[in-house]
Amino acid sequence: MATFLSQEACPTIKNILLLDSEGKRVAVKYYSDDWPTNSAKLAFEKSVFTKTQKTNARNEAEITMLESNIIVYKFVQDLHFFVTGGDDENELILATVLQGFFDAVTLLLRNNVEQREALENLDLILLCLDEIIDGGIVLETDGSIIAGKVATHSMDDGAPLSEQTISQALATAREHLTRSLLR
Amino acid sequence: MAQPLVKKDDDRDDEVDYSPFLGIEKGAVLQEARVFNDPQLDARRCSQVITKLLYLLNQGEIFTKTEATEVFFSVTKLFQSKDIGLRRMVYLIIKELSPSSDEVIIVTSSLMKDMNSRTDMYRANAIRVLCRIIDGTLLTQIERYLKQAIVDKNPVVASAALVSGIHLLQTTPEIVKRWSNEVQEAVQSRAALVQFHALALLHQIRQNDRLAVSKLVISLTKGTVRSPLAQCLLIRYTSEVIRESGVNTQTGDRPFYDYLEGCLRHKAEMVIFEAARAITELSNVTTRELTPAITVLQLFLSSSKPVLRFAAVRTLNKVAMTHPMAVTNCNIDMESLISDQNRSIATLAITTLLKTGNESSVDRLMKQITNFMSDIADEFKIVVVEAIRSLCLKFPLKYRSLMNFLSNILREEGGFEYKKAIVDSIVILIRDIPDAKENGLLHLCEFIEDCEFTYLSTQILHFIGNEGPKTSDPSKYIRYIYNRVILENATVRASAVSTLAKFGAMVDSLKPRIFVLLRRCLFDTDDEVRDRATLYLNTLGDGSVSETDKDVKEFLFGSLDIPLTNFEISLKNYIQNPAEEPFNINSVPREVKSQALTEKKAPGKKPTGLGAPPPPPTSAVDAYERLLSSIPEFASFGKLFKSSAPVELTEAETEYSVNVVKHIFDRHVLFQYNCTNTIPEQLLENVTVIVDASEAEEFSEVGTKLLKSLPYDTPAQTFVAFEKPEGVPTVGKFSNVLRFTVKEVDTSTGEADDDGVEDEYQLEDFEVVAADYILKVGVSNFKNAWESMGPDSERIDEYGLGPRDSLVEAVNTVINLLGMQPCEGTEVVPNNSRSHTCLLSGVYTGNVKVLVRLSFGIDGSKEVAMKLAVRSEDENVSDAIHEIVASG
Repeated sequence: MATFLSQEACPTIKNILLLDSEGKRVAVKYYSDDWPTNSAKLAFEKSVFTKTQKTNARNEAEITMLESNIIVYKFVQDLHFFVTGGDDENELILATVLQGFFDAVTLLLRNNVEQREALENLDLILLCLDEIIDGGIVLETDGSIIAGKVATHSMDDGAPLSEQTISQALATAREHLTRSLLR
Repeated sequence: MAQPLVKKDDDRDDEVDYSPFLGIEKGAVLQEARVFNDPQLDARRCSQVITKLLYLLNQGEIFTKTEATEVFFSVTKLFQSKDIGLRRMVYLIIKELSPSSDEVIIVTSSLMKDMNSRTDMYRANAIRVLCRIIDGTLLTQIERYLKQAIVDKNPVVASAALVSGIHLLQTTPEIVKRWSNEVQEAVQSRAALVQFHALALLHQIRQNDRLAVSKLVISLTKGTVRSPLAQCLLIRYTSEVIRESGVNTQTGDRPFYDYLEGCLRHKAEMVIFEAARAITELSNVTTRELTPAITVLQLFLSSSKPVLRFAAVRTLNKVAMTHPMAVTNCNIDMESLISDQNRSIATLAITTLLKTGNESSVDRLMKQITNFMSDIADEFKIVVVEAIRSLCLKFPLKYRSLMNFLSNILREEGGFEYKKAIVDSIVILIRDIPDAKENGLLHLCEFIEDCEFTYLSTQILHFIGNEGPKTSDPSKYIRYIYNRVILENATVRASAVSTLAKFGAMVDSLKPRIFVLLRRCLFDTDDEVRDRATLYLNTLGDGSVSETDKDVKEFLFGSLDIPLTNFEISLKNYIQNPAEEPFNINSVPREVKSQALTEKKAPGKKPTGLGAPPPPPTSAVDAYERLLSSIPEFASFGKLFKSSAPVELTEAETEYSVNVVKHIFDRHVLFQYNCTNTIPEQLLENVTVIVDASEAEEFSEVGTKLLKSLPYDTPAQTFVAFEKPEGVPTVGKFSNVLRFTVKEVDTSTGEADDDGVEDEYQLEDFEVVAADYILKVGVSNFKNAWESMGPDSERIDEYGLGPRDSLVEAVNTVINLLGMQPCEGTEVVPNNSRSHTCLLSGVYTGNVKVLVRLSFGIDGSKEVAMKLAVRSEDENVSDAIHEIVASG
């Protein structure tokens, strides 16, 4: 019990979801046992999607509660980004993680944040998720650093980023970020 | 016609190249995975196949054990490739496949090699993968490398090792605990996130060592913590230390409060909020401590970011439950949030306002809410309805506008849960605010005229049947009820027939008209409806069989006081072994009942609406009354005046658990001992309580009722009765011994030995106090009630209560001493106020109404003075109240 409580003391992310405009999975990652089966996960995704569908989360991240979880979310084109935490969690930490995820994906998809592009670069998205959270614990929240970490790995993949050095990649990343913020 | 067809094709074309994974199939991908075995590895192609595999896993596809093993083995071959991107994907898929321990061995050497690689990314990722899949024995082998990694100068590597440590601590704590020196060093790291991860791990390693945690907090709160996340952690650990270090010291200053307050000025919103929240959650937080936190939260309320607004309003909502006064400053900002785009924020704002609002703002607030209600979802509406219910109970004078609001929303569209919440609220208001009764009943009547929920209709009909006949003009309800008989389905019709019968039984003037209506029901198409009509016509005296008036009422209004499960078992037994004689309901055992009763009285109970029995005190009294009147020895005691809440006479988890309920009658007191035997190997027989009343001189024992048998885990009661002077609140102390015969029980067969041993068990003492003679009965308008009593019976005196911890404590002590009902929410003392007025009302033994006005004041040295003004229908009673306080 004691270990459980202290686990609570550390900010914990329960899941990160990236869904399309029909609520179908693009990439999801669960870190908590709250949804033990795939059907439980799908049911959760469905209710999250339906609950948030009609809201406008395109400029600022929005927030809601569902089944005593806090969910922060943000939509871009046909992609829906969600980050879930327990109802004791600091909402702003969740929002920071969401922003980090969102920024990193924006950079990795070179501003083409939409479903098709995301699926075509699914490896990048999955690596990106892997670099943000490890087993529920926040690894990194800065979108450009996350994207930088993921991008260096694609070096030999023949992607345009490949010829760049790490620092160049970071510079491009920052530039993309500022552009996306100004937009 | 052609146009849309073409359009459709376009759509489909779009869909075809919509997803690169369209038509993907597990079998085919597993075939493709054979490329991993090629001697000449195509890194790009391998990456693509892994992505496909990961896609399948991500979509919830399940790989069989053999499939997973096969993929895992071929993936391990990919360690040959020097391609960084591919290696990264290999790491990912190994984690996803989570290989079994015997398979892990195959990759450990490759991963250990990567762990010592010169490429930082390899090192960091290999650590994370390895720690995810290995067990304790392997861990000892790589422990050395992990310790090095924790202090690695590359922050990504250090973080990877630290986070892995946090996970490993759950499974192999003894190993991870050996790393604390390295972790300690990492806490001092210049890299922000390394510090965060190190702090989290260090705290978990030391969490059982309070002193160490406290030292950690002391050193870090003085030093520099770089990342906002680490700062949030530190705030959490600090509040943990504050919690454990207990109450304020002599000076009243809380340790570390300054640190928390300083964090309110941090540049990261995350930290500001964490600190503000931590302050609001401090135990016994004072207004002075709260103020700065409330101020920053108030600023957040007008932020452009929904997340900030939500976080702030949610925290303020929680604060409003305990410190409503502290939040009132934010009311203006809160009101503007009612129109917030985000409905969660709006709902939280409204419920907060309802908690903090004062009587004068209710009407304005209701106007705003009305507009708001139309465009939120049911789940939010239910929250609002519940908040309005508690508001109404707090300000009974405002029942009119609140009741109107409830009835308006009742007429609007809504689902079952929402409607039920509204109906429940109206029912509770009707019960607790007598003035609201007629108004509320009419609203309910109108609702069932057009109600699509059978459950709600029947429940409301039942409720009208109980309450309607007691109103000033019962006849006006008949039309609504009979309309149900004409218009509704069979269930509702049957229920309406019962309700009609109740009016017939209670209101003589209506009887002939009810008979006419009931006779019409005899031609109903449904059996149950006809049967009920026939039954009621006969019991009410229309037919040949005439019952006495009392029996009729008993039959119509009495509830089934036997446990349904017992009833069910008895009926099943009866069907299995048919007997000559008809089934007798009295043969059903009633044993579970007392347990049910104590359960119902469990603390923290929420007000329940329809369906549940009416709330205490009435329900408990009813139930007790029924129980007591079923015991002939005590039937002569007359009407039960009050039953106390059960007083525990044993420690929790002892062999026998006993509590006592004090029943007060005019000339008697009766102690009901609820006993539970918690030893499966024992059967207790002839259980009785020997009461020593030597410290209660005015009481004399008049009888006991022993308990024949007390089997394991089946609560039962034994009684002891005392006589006391009539109408006087006699007090005294009673000491008790439980006496019984113990028999051994063979738990396998459940049979008890024939021979028993006499034994005794010491119980704790309890007292009959003055409060036992006062019923908690509220009045809706204290001022009117007070003035109508007149000043003749008024008795005023002043008392010094000596030094007290706080005004709150003093007020609660006096309320508990008198056992009276606080009115108009005056039992809540605003924080840090120096004076307070509390209004109480009650009924004194002999059915005398009493009103009390208490004025408290507290001075700098915490001395509390109290002015007590009592008015009652009998000035002797006013004097008696003063005596209670003087002797308390």
